[in-house]
Amino acid sequence: MGQLFAVEIIYRGVFQKTLAKNICRGIVLSAHNEGKPGLSFGRYSDSPERNGIPAKSYAIVATDDETLEAGMAQYSPKQFDITVVLDDTLCKGLESWAWMGLQPVNHFLKSNATLAVISNAHPDTLLKFIHFHDKPYRLGTFSGIPSFSGMWNFKDDHTDVRVLGVIAKAMPELFSWTSLKKYIAAKVKDGAAKVGSAKLAYERFDTVEVKVGEGNTEPLRQYVRPKWEGMREGTTVVGMAHGGPMKDPVTGEAGGYRPVRSDTFLKFTSRTLRPVINFETCTKCTLCWLNCPDAAFDVTPDGLYDADLQACCGCGVCEQICPVSNCITMVSEHQFTDNSSEWVAFKKDKAAYKTWVAAKSAVAVPLDQRSNGYRYKGQYKEQISAALEVANKG
Amino acid sequence: MATIAVEQHKHVEQEALITGAEAIAVACKLADVDVVTAYPIRPYDTVMQYISQLVADGEMDCEYIAAEGEHSQFEIVKHASACGARVFCGSSGVGWMYAMECLTVTPALRIPMVAMVGNRALDDPGAFGVEHNDALSVRDLGWNLIWVNSAQECLDTALLAYRIAEDRRMMVPVAISCDGSFLTHSQALVKVPTQEQVKEFLPPYDRGELLMHPDNVISIAPQCNEDWVMEIRRSNYAVTERALDVITECYADFERVFDRKVGNPFFEEYMTEDADVVLVGMGTLSTPARVAVRKMRAEGQKVGFVRLRWFRPFPAEALARCLSRFKAIGVVDRDYSLGSPHLSGVVATEIRSALYPGTGPKPPVLGFICGLGGREVLVPDIEKMTDFVSQAAAGKSVPLTQWIGLRE
Repeated sequence: MGQLFAVEIIYRGVFQKTLAKNICRGIVLSAHNEGKPGLSFGRYSDSPERNGIPAKSYAIVATDDETLEAGMAQYSPKQFDITVVLDDTLCKGLESWAWMGLQPVNHFLKSNATLAVISNAHPDTLLKFIHFHDKPYRLGTFSGIPSFSGMWNFKDDHTDVRVLGVIAKAMPELFSWTSLKKYIAAKVKDGAAKVGSAKLAYERFDTVEVKVGEGNTEPLRQYVRPKWEGMREGTTVVGMAHGGPMKDPVTGEAGGYRPVRSDTFLKFTSRTLRPVINFETCTKCTLCWLNCPDAAFDVTPDGLYDADLQACCGCGVCEQICPVSNCITMVSEHQFTDNSSEWVAFKKDKAAYKTWVAAKSAVAVPLDQRSNGYRYKGQYKEQISAALEVANKG
Repeated sequence: MATIAVEQHKHVEQEALITGAEAIAVACKLADVDVVTAYPIRPYDTVMQYISQLVADGEMDCEYIAAEGEHSQFEIVKHASACGARVFCGSSGVGWMYAMECLTVTPALRIPMVAMVGNRALDDPGAFGVEHNDALSVRDLGWNLIWVNSAQECLDTALLAYRIAEDRRMMVPVAISCDGSFLTHSQALVKVPTQEQVKEFLPPYDRGELLMHPDNVISIAPQCNEDWVMEIRRSNYAVTERALDVITECYADFERVFDRKVGNPFFEEYMTEDADVVLVGMGTLSTPARVAVRKMRAEGQKVGFVRLRWFRPFPAEALARCLSRFKAIGVVDRDYSLGSPHLSGVVATEIRSALYPGTGPKPPVLGFICGLGGREVLVPDIEKMTDFVSQAAAGKSVPLTQWIGLRE
């Protein structure tokens, strides 16, 4: 048996789908410049057309055809030499269609393998989010933005070649810088300019060692799948129970309504932004509650609406529908380390909560400047130049 | 007279990193398909997306019609083909079933349509993983059915499918089955033949006297009852009598033009020469099977794998001759056939039937149902099934049908 290399690209569904695919193609074709056979594919049981949902693409490369075939004899690889995370908010873990429970981003890393994350944050900051691992590994970040684009678009901001540069640095035995350069120059649109971007990423990428057990110690949800005789007949599943009133954390008063939600699919890892709610400016108009596509809002005993941050997938409809200008603000997930209730915090200490809301809202990008796709003509060009600036600064 | 040196296989093939579905789209482009109809369903939709891209990029010239459902999708190409157009379409799972009325008439009208079936579990429950029951549902109707195992085989088979389907002795449709995910969504390095090679291999579509055209006034599919139907059915039956020979001939010519060694067109034997027991299966099951066979061989077991390509026409005689050499056989079905003999899968039942009338030895045939809905079939699963077959070869009593990889 020869040597098998497996690379995993973790991305946000639909926005980064073409980006992830292009990276995996680049891996296979760069390694093929060294005569290695390879294959690239998406995790089929994902549903990568859903906005923001964590999804994966893979590239497997081998030193010979038989070894590659052995690598293909499964749905997806179970051990990776390098995992690349295309959006650092994914470091909180993945809950996709293809996985029950919360899967850490480093879950399938081999011992001493590399976790590379596109992020402007320091590795230490990311380790607050990234779960502990049972093997030591190397963590490296490289600066950039998540390169989100719309449904069928590809934001050609050089992120694909920069990721390839990072992989060449972390795993020269997969493909060398020379092989990568040859691939970019020959096969990638605007190749001459992109070689420069890839080179910067190649030269600057560096890693730190992460020890066994280091990182977020949050316990991971575990599920047991039923045996066939334990399942109901007729392709039926039992519906959710009805919800009930909530309880005020201070007075103990009961009221409002909290629905029972799925405890096997929580949805929050689809989120890059979360609603920060200023309960003091809320007019109790009900619009956020009525329009939330995921029924993520609870009705509190005092008639407010609190987003359940396990169930919220961060779509931002509440912010857009809210008639009050300073009530709901979507803020980057980087600002938060847990999913605890904002309303409970508000009830416990209103003054502290007011300060907290002001601080979090202050770092939010204004709604009209924020986009997963393109909202107006010319936005693509604007964003590309901003992205290239980041790319060239390294 | 001056001699002209003819260089064999002088054409330089290009290499492309494409999925199996994209490979079929490339074959459609090379075959200069005239009419393509599309309606999205995963995993078939990868082929329609790629064809639409080829058309949009100006690389392919065809009528590309997005139908309002699979029924119309298959009806439109049927009519276009009757009028002399080379056609392509396809579907998956319940989409294929929704087109069923058109699928039944396509062979009866001698329409040489080529369709891609991205194999998908039939709803319910909603699932998009591979199961072979969708394509197998037309197994009695006159469709030629082939299962493939690699992106390269997708491209090659699509070219072969047009040649075979449009052969005047055939004039019946071919469905190419590609396992959802493994083939439809994995990009592999594929050798793309040149247009000249394809021209040499694939003559223009010629329906002859079956062409619907003002210069050839015919009526297609009249109402006719008991005094006509049996004779019409017999005419399609005659196609199946000729099919194995025509396919063999087309593959021989394919090998000549494209310089590829396919060998036996109907099934591929892997490490069977001195095998005591073998497993038989279709499609991408072959990948874990081959890896497991190599592993078990290294451990000293004499085992092999037979990958069945053409399910219709079923190569009964040749397969029976091959399989009767072994002490026991295990058939891996990625399908179910509820209430069938011994409650086995479709392929196991067909293989038992193929072995029965022969005068040769009749080794025990075990049926295994596994990999349904896209469930992984891993190397240990193959080892487990092989172990059961070895037990049967040793004369032990083993159930005729077992489910493998089930939570029980």
